[in-house]
Amino acid sequence: MMVSFQKGADGVYVVGCLEGECHFLTGNLRARKRVEYAKKLLDEIGVGGERLEMYNIAASDGPRFAEVAREMHEKIKALGPNPIKGATLNKKAA
Amino acid sequence: MIVAERKPIDEIIGFVKNCKKILLVGCNECVTVCYAGGKKEVGVLASALKMAFMKEGKELEITEVTLERQCDHEYLEEIRNIIDQYEAVISLACGVGVQFLAEKYLTTPVFPGLNTSFMGVTEESGVWTERCQGCGQCILGQTAGICPISRCAKRILNGPCGGSTDGKCEINKELDCAWQLIIDRLKELGRLEDYEELIPIKDWSTERAGGPRKIVREDLKS
Repeated sequence: MMVSFQKGADGVYVVGCLEGECHFLTGNLRARKRVEYAKKLLDEIGVGGERLEMYNIAASDGPRFAEVAREMHEKIKALGPNPIKGATLNKKAA
Repeated sequence: MIVAERKPIDEIIGFVKNCKKILLVGCNECVTVCYAGGKKEVGVLASALKMAFMKEGKELEITEVTLERQCDHEYLEEIRNIIDQYEAVISLACGVGVQFLAEKYLTTPVFPGLNTSFMGVTEESGVWTERCQGCGQCILGQTAGICPISRCAKRILNGPCGGSTDGKCEINKELDCAWQLIIDRLKELGRLEDYEELIPIKDWSTERAGGPRKIVREDLKS
């Protein structure tokens, strides 16, 4: 997740199965906790934890996946580009 | 094991804010087990630091290395050939490892990435608690395996004190009274008569209070 932002991703979303339906029983629960940790870290370094989200979607639920994709796209568009890109661009311009 | 946790990220950034190229060294032992300074944590911290710098329009080159331990010469030697390339080192070892690394490589500034806390156990995933304070005179045989030096707030040797209430310590209702635990365990072991034998006054000279300590085994010296 961190490396994605480091490479310039403006937003990242993690998708796991519905809670209680994880094939690996607790994989999606552990993933959520890691996502929460990474969100906090992203806040601390100023990139913004709101750029990272986790969603629980059943593997067969295409419409919901599309809905989430749209939702995330709108959210990230509103937030603007990853701040790390902006600073480097400004430096190059200057 | 030694339990530690990562320092706040802005403190770590502060250490290297004027650097362009650093070495980030993790440790594969205790700090890996407590998710503070192992290979994974090195990776996450490196990424976070790089992004924090990029946000300011600066670049920070980070080389990530995780040594088996940082408290033994042979493992620290593994970075001898590369360390001079870096302006600074952030060590994610416990305080022991950070110091040993700093002693070995005198010309490179070494910064700690963790706050080292105690010797303890993993009670459950994500929960670590103190068990041993290295007093140098273990009495666990007499206290049914429960240490009053590390787990009793007053470190008394013949407890409990008058503040012990419902098996909890008076300083914190969530803290078990170590002496209650000891008595209960002695009862379960059928050794309650051991409780009647007073533990004599402790010789604190083997504890930290006696100064920095050293153990030598002549038979093992080369």
